[in-house]
This record gives sequence, C-alpha cells and structure tokens, in this order.
Amino acid sequence: MARRETTGLVTAGAAGGQGGLGRRWTRFRQSRSALAFLLCLPLVLLIAGLVVYPFFYAIYLAMLNRAETAFVGLDNFAFLFGRSTFWMVVRQSILFTLTAVFFKALIGFVCAHLIHNLPPRGQRVWRGLSLVPWVIPPALSTLGWWWLFDPTYSAINWLLTSFGAAAVPWLSDVFWARFSVILVNIWYGAPFFLIMYLAALKSIPEELYDAAKVDGASAWQRLVYITLPMMRNIIAITMLFSTIVTFANFDIVRVLTQGGPRNTTHLFATYAFKLGIQSGDIPLGAAVSLFMFPILALFAMFILRDVRERTRRL
Amino acid sequence: MTGFRQTRRRFLASTAATGALAIAAPYVHTARAGGRVTLGLWDHWVPGANDALREIAEEWGRKNKVEVVIDFITSIGEKDLITAAAEARAGTGHDIMVHRTWQVAVYENQLEPLDDLVAEIEKNEGAYNDIARYLARPNGTWRAIVAPTGSHSYPMVSRLDLWKEHAGIDLLELFPAGPRDQARIDAEWTYERFLEGARKLHAAGFPFGNPIGQTSDSQDWLGPLFLSFGSQPMSAEGDITIDSDGTRAALEFLKELTRYMPEDVYAWDDAANNRWIISGRGSAIQNPPSAWAVAKRDAPEVAAQLWHHDTPSGPNGRFRGSLPFFWGLWDFSTNKSAAKELLYHLASKEQVAKLLWASQGYDLPLQQDYYDHEVWLKESPPPGTLYNYPGRGNEQVIVTGFPAPAAVGARIYNEGLLAVLVARVTQGGESVEDAIAWAAEELEGYRRG
Repeated sequence: MARRETTGLVTAGAAGGQGGLGRRWTRFRQSRSALAFLLCLPLVLLIAGLVVYPFFYAIYLAMLNRAETAFVGLDNFAFLFGRSTFWMVVRQSILFTLTAVFFKALIGFVCAHLIHNLPPRGQRVWRGLSLVPWVIPPALSTLGWWWLFDPTYSAINWLLTSFGAAAVPWLSDVFWARFSVILVNIWYGAPFFLIMYLAALKSIPEELYDAAKVDGASAWQRLVYITLPMMRNIIAITMLFSTIVTFANFDIVRVLTQGGPRNTTHLFATYAFKLGIQSGDIPLGAAVSLFMFPILALFAMFILRDVRERTRRL
Repeated sequence: MTGFRQTRRRFLASTAATGALAIAAPYVHTARAGGRVTLGLWDHWVPGANDALREIAEEWGRKNKVEVVIDFITSIGEKDLITAAAEARAGTGHDIMVHRTWQVAVYENQLEPLDDLVAEIEKNEGAYNDIARYLARPNGTWRAIVAPTGSHSYPMVSRLDLWKEHAGIDLLELFPAGPRDQARIDAEWTYERFLEGARKLHAAGFPFGNPIGQTSDSQDWLGPLFLSFGSQPMSAEGDITIDSDGTRAALEFLKELTRYMPEDVYAWDDAANNRWIISGRGSAIQNPPSAWAVAKRDAPEVAAQLWHHDTPSGPNGRFRGSLPFFWGLWDFSTNKSAAKELLYHLASKEQVAKLLWASQGYDLPLQQDYYDHEVWLKESPPPGTLYNYPGRGNEQVIVTGFPAPAAVGARIYNEGLLAVLVARVTQGGESVEDAIAWAAEELEGYRRG
C-alpha cells in the first residue's frame, strides 16, 4: 500500500510540468495497474486468439448451412434435436462425464488422504508416482490401454484366460466398451484430483484437528466437520474444471473405440469430428461441439458464485 | 424426398456446359512452368513406394526447373483428412492434395476444375472407370485425377489349404492365375456356398473374419455385400431406398454369417483383419494385398497359402469394394500451371508402371488398360496370388454409398451406416424392421442441405 502511494506521488510530481496528453501517458505508464496490464497482455492476446476468437467463430459456423453459404440461425441445433443418434451421444456424454468425474474425485480424495498420512519421505515418492498417468500425453497412454484391450490379442484377456477365466469383450460389447473408456479417463484424470486435494489437505491448520481431538471427535467427525468444509471450495472448483474437460474429451474414445460399437461410446467431440471433419459438415459439427456450452456455462456460474460467497464468509 | 433430385433438364444443361468447356478449352501444356509445387500425398504402406514417387516427381522438377516438395501424410488417425480439412478452411497449404474415396465431393467447391487435364489423360493413357467418374466428377466436373498410388480394392484373401481341407473348395482351381471358367464360378461361388464354407471353417476353428465397425474396411466389404442382395441405401436420384427386400435379405444373411465370425469383429479396426489372417487363426478376409505383403515378411508359411480372388455373388450380382485415392488441385494453389503439368506427368503410363512395381501390386489404377501389368502375374508366393486382384471376371467395382448423390454417399460411408445397421441387428438384437427404420431416419438426416 505504501509503495503504491509513493509511486503515485512520484508520478504526479514527475508529470507536473508536462503537457496534458504526455502527462497522462507518463502517469499511466508508471502506474502499477499499467504494469500489470502490460505483463498480462501476452496472455490476454493468447487467450483472445486461441480461445475467444475460435469460440465466436464456432458459434458463427454453427449458424450456417452445410455448404456455409447461408445463415440458418438455430436450424442446425433444431436438426440435431430430431436425431436419435445425437440424443444417444448426449446420454453417453453425460454418463461418461458424471461417472468419470465422480470416481476421479473419489479416488483422488482417498489417495490424497493416504499419501497425506504417510511419513514426509514416503510422500515424495508416492506423489511423483501418482502423477505419472497425468503427465503422459493421453493419446500415447490410451494407445497402451488399447493394446491391453485389443479385441483379439488383449493382454488382460491373455491373463484372464491363463487363469481359466472367460475373456472379456472390452471394446466390442456396448457395456464393456463404455466401461473401458470411462476406466481410462479415470486412470488419466484421478491424479489431478489427488494433487489438488493433497494441496488442500496441507493447507488445513493442524490446530483444528488437535482441538477436535481434545473435544473427543472421531475420525469420521473430523472428516465431516473439518476436512470437507475446509476443502469445499477446492472440491467445487476441481469438479467444475474436470466436468468441463471430461465433457470435451476426445482422444480416449478416438483411440480406443472410434465411437463404436454402434456409436454407443461417442462423445460430443468425437461425434463432432465425425460429422465435421470426416463427413465435411463443419456447421453441424460445430453445433454438436457447442451443444453443452450453455449448460456448462450455467453450471460454472452457480459453482463459482457459491465459491465466491463462501470465500467472502471465510 | 427432395433436395438431391437431378432433373433431366439440369443434367443435360450441366453435361452440355462441361462438354462445351472441354471442347472450347483443350489442355495446353506449359513446359518449363517454373516456381514451386507442393504436394500433400498419402504415406504408402509399402516400403519404397514413397521413394519411387518422390524420385519421379523430383526428376520432373529438375527437367522443368520447378522445385517439387512432397509431404507424405499418413492416413493413420485420419491425419490426411485432418490436413485436407485444415488446408481447405485456411485457404492455404499444398498445391496438390490427396483425397480418399468421397473427399473430392466434400471439397468440390474448393478444388480446381480439371476437365481439360482428365480429357488429355484419358485420351493418351486410357479411360477411367465408372467409379472414378462417380467420385471425382461431382456435378459433371472433374475435380481431381485418380492418384496412381494408394487406390486399392477388396478381393477375398483366402487360405488355399484350409478352404480345400475343411470346406472342400479348391480355390486355386476355381480362380486360377490364368483363363477361368466363369460359368463354373457363377454356379459355385455364391454367398450361399460361401456361408456353408464359413460354417465349416468356423467349426474347424478357422473362422472368416472381417470388421463390422467404424473404420473404412468395414464399409468396403459390407456395401458390396448389400448390393449383391439388391440393397442400396439411396438411389442416384436421392430417394431413400434402404427399406427394401434386398436389405432384409442381406441382414438375414449377415445374422447367419456373423454366427461363424469372431465375436470381437465389432471392435476391429482396419489392421485387425490383417492380423487375424497373418496369425494363422483365420481362413479368409477381404482386403487388398497388404495383409499378404506383411505375411510374406512375418509369416511366410501363411503367405504361401494366401490367394486373392473374387467375392461371392448374390441374387443381384457380384460386387467388390474399392477405396480409390485422388489428387486434387486446390483453387488457392499459387502455381496451378506447373501443378497440372506435374499431375499429367505422374498419370502417364510410363510413370504409373514404375509405381505399380514399387507398390508390389498393392496400387490398383482405375483404368482397365493397366490390368495386364506384369506385377500381378509375377508376384509370389504362391505364384500368381495377385493375378485376380485387378478383377478378371464379372465383379463390378463399387464404393459403399454408391449410387447416392456424392454428398450423401460420403456420409453413408464416413458414418458407417451399413456397419451400424448390421451391428444393431446381429449384435444388438434389434429387429430387422426397427434397424431399417433407424437407417432410414439417418439417411433422411444425411440429405440436409
């Protein structure tokens, strides 16, 4: 605060004897907000170029006809609403996202507690190991999973049959194909939850637990009345982030099943790719990819408002 | 039921306009065009095929003082499709770009008309077949030439020993590497007989295997099979024709056939049937000679028993799937005259002949004139295995989606309509009528303008 005031005085003093425009420019240049703006400018430009522009361009595309020669308003969305295959993609995307996010959060939460309770030296090793799935490029790790699930030469099936069990149709049966893509997404995404929850656990003051112990609180009570309330914001934000990213998942389904069998594992992104890139209907593909935007935007708005209010109360 | 109807008047008008254009503007060679030409071409499976093509193109470049730059783009992960889509949208990229099967129709409005060039090629090098016309000449204008590399078809690839021993069918006698008895083939090599053989081979532990999934191999055998039973999803006029007795017959046949196929075919990709036959566990697949070429290297004892031959016939005839590759010239190309010169050079008989050797007979030009090339007579083992690859009998080569209007055909193929239809019945247990109703609804959507 003192520094800001000093800077303001220096600016005013230095600019005192100059002309109006020059004085305002010098004052702007030397202010902290200008510095902050300039430092953020590259990131702002990057986001504008790679996120904002493509987003509005996608909205524009989604309102064109197939040949991209005429504006059709919301006709592409209306068309999709009448297709049973599209609604199957919607159902599958919701099933995929809700199941995967729930189990990623659950596994991340449990593992974070396990690692948090290890001695510090052991924690470092487990923290590093648990991040491995998350740092491997997903297209590569999914290829590894594909080898494990290969329809004819599955390594897992080889083990199962070696022990006399029946082979599992991992990718050819609807149930197992859905199970497989969700499993790989959980494997890939759980470390993100783990590391975020671990960081949150580290930030909870030990005194709260000590006081609860003195008051005779059980482990369950400490979890419910201390840990969960203290982690609520981070849980909300990670769930929100993961929900958005999981809805937008592409590579796992693309590599493992390509949407099959019978289109039952398609997600918005893979279905949009099929319509837009493979079949050359870019506007319809754009409409598919934008379908969840309003729902996710509302979801994000409510969660972030809740987080903001809770932070203010704290 | 409207949208894609080609009226007689419109057809005559477009044909007349195209014809007039071709007559009025013959192709003019512009030697020493100069500058730079860039090509985005398919990365060939066969080792050495890319090198041969590069050598021919660069040799032409040196003679004509044109810098030729070739990027070989793999089709694994659809990278070729993605690159073409990105270039079309950005309006910049290679001058010449490879387009598979239906993609010429997808980019019709961004590809340079090549009527003059194709007229010259057909005059000097032989006429393209009907499927080339259907795919590369949407709305009466050639938008690409047939690529001399990559195009292939889907004959049966069968184990001679297993079919003889377990099904009692001597394929070598039926489909010799020389003159054939077509009447005997027509009498003995039908889907009915094939089903009987598939049942026996399944019982012996060597099933027939082909994918029924999302990738192109699935479409390339199911489309011809459906047409053999008289089923086509959509007519040339754009009418939905999937609800037919032919479709019902094809589905009933496949309900039976899939009982004798591996259960995991619904998850097979384009390489799975290759691996299946190479492993020695399969008795037959439908595939170009890539499976055999790999078997020569990895399982020579299997390769020595693999024979390429005709597909079975159904009540409506005998059809074989094909997957042609095309080379188109983007309308944003900055050196169109040199690019067209290069395309013409690469389509010449002399260069195509070199490329056929380099691909070990995998590439199958869509020009009948090439089908007596020695590569298909001499490749072995077993001697003459590729003789029937170019098609020696009465098989009609089609592409799945034919004869629908190109924009719809592209979606029938790319969205795997027939494979999903089959799987809904044979795997999902859906009734034939419900599955056909679903397919009709999908086709209605494909006609969206």
